[in-house]
Amino acid sequence: MALIDHQITDSIDITDVTCPITFVKAKVAIEELEEGEILQIHLNSGEPLENVPRSLGEEGHEVLEKIDNGDGTWELVVKRGPDQD
Amino acid sequence: MEVKVIIAASLRTFTGRTPEVKVNAADVSEALNALTDEYPEAAKGLFDENHDLRDFVGIYLNDSDIRTLKGLNTKLSDGDELYLIPAIAGGACESVISTERMKEVSIGDKEIRRYNNHLQLKEISIKGQKRIMAGRVLVAGLGALGGVVAERLAAAGVGTIGLADAGDVTLEGLQVQTIHGTRDIDRPRAASAKDRLKKLNPLVNTITHQEKLSAENAEEIVAGYDIVVDATDSFVSRYLISDACVLCGKPDVFGAMYQFEGFVTVLGTKDGPCYRCLYPSPPPAGIVPSCAASGVMNALPGITGAMMAAEVLKLLTGSGEPLIGKAITLDAWNIRYHIVNTARDKGCPVCGADPSIHSAQDIDYEDLCGLRENPHEEPIEAIEPAELARRISDGEKITIIDVREPHERAIRRFPGTIAIPIGQLARRQKELDPDIDTIFICREGKRSILAIRTLREAGYEGPMYNLKGGFEAAAQIIFPNEGAWL
Repeated sequence: MALIDHQITDSIDITDVTCPITFVKAKVAIEELEEGEILQIHLNSGEPLENVPRSLGEEGHEVLEKIDNGDGTWELVVKRGPDQD
Repeated sequence: MEVKVIIAASLRTFTGRTPEVKVNAADVSEALNALTDEYPEAAKGLFDENHDLRDFVGIYLNDSDIRTLKGLNTKLSDGDELYLIPAIAGGACESVISTERMKEVSIGDKEIRRYNNHLQLKEISIKGQKRIMAGRVLVAGLGALGGVVAERLAAAGVGTIGLADAGDVTLEGLQVQTIHGTRDIDRPRAASAKDRLKKLNPLVNTITHQEKLSAENAEEIVAGYDIVVDATDSFVSRYLISDACVLCGKPDVFGAMYQFEGFVTVLGTKDGPCYRCLYPSPPPAGIVPSCAASGVMNALPGITGAMMAAEVLKLLTGSGEPLIGKAITLDAWNIRYHIVNTARDKGCPVCGADPSIHSAQDIDYEDLCGLRENPHEEPIEAIEPAELARRISDGEKITIIDVREPHERAIRRFPGTIAIPIGQLARRQKELDPDIDTIFICREGKRSILAIRTLREAGYEGPMYNLKGGFEAAAQIIFPNEGAWL
């Protein structure tokens, strides 16, 4: 699957911040969406790529895809899960 | 019959987070079996090893507890709703901030960076932090304890913090207070606290209330907030704040300290007790020394105040287990703590079944706390500090009894006195000479009144006088050349 196969609702760039702000920004952005909508996240490899998908998964969101841009940045495609409270 | 089974949040871990399931069943037992067929994990939560329903699981058919119907054999009809609601330890609370108010708050990049710690926590997260930011909290009393609570709440991002205190910053307070600094001495505490909070977090709004809280203004002030923090140190203000909170329907996060011991509880909620339920009437004036008269270990307000701040955050976010129906006492020096259960008094005049108090203005709080002279009691003669100073320097034959406790005498001596704590007076009355005047002193001239009444009741008939204003007033006149704290 490629990026184009997904109906992207919103996208954010978190390459300008470091952990834990990366995850918090992604979390705030995805919680703005309705359940089932999709967020595209532009992020750096390394720590953000390890932590952000895992943490979003723990919060009940579904990571649909990770795409390597080949320049040290990645695109993460995440589907918003149900509210947890 | 098709019925809807609705599963409370705490049981959803067993149903893959599904909040409701439609099942076909003739009775409650069949409905539960259908549920556990679909979610085998749920059986562990609902039933014990003998396949009996666990006691802590409450099942409600539409609005009725099935125990009031036919239990598991209760028949179901099409469209019925079955609620599974387990007992939750301590009772999770609902947020005091409505969803509408929460939604009015937005979180931008600035807030993401400043508040990232809470945003990372699942228990608080974005909605919880928005509720904190929408919250309005009144902190009453800006000494050591209230100062810690106010600082924590400001850094946490509470939207509006009310700062109520009628006093000024003093040098004597600074060992235990961190909200005020040396340069703030003689400034109003409310103004000093406001400056400190603005430095901590400029996103927070502050409102200062420098007038003394009274029966006339308390309800009006309290009504403007979601939660009140009672960090005051007098019984008058504690009854007043508790009553005003109950009457306005606001939780009262209460804290108190004595030397090494802290006490925290949440009062005035829908289900829990109020201050009057715990303490129907105050102790006689002066018999319990205030924390200002007995010393506080420097770290204690940090611990106690931070626990109070945690209670506020729980009430704002509607998460965690607040101290409702429970109180914690903590001895920070010997590392002991106890959590005790508290309960609402059905006969409470404010929050009971048939309340008799409908407005704080109905109550004379000074009188309630024994701070007014009772007209039916024989009056007590007072002596001014200047008169005592004259009689001492003239070498008159008088007896001076110091009724303060040993720890108070240790830091501020009054030479030439006999020390008898109130508890020993009746037993030791033969140490007094009924033919000469006896003058009683305490720290501020209140406990000494109690001492004189105690001796009268014990049958002592000699002349007795109360030193007006106590040691505090006398120190200026009798020992003008010595430091106030000897």
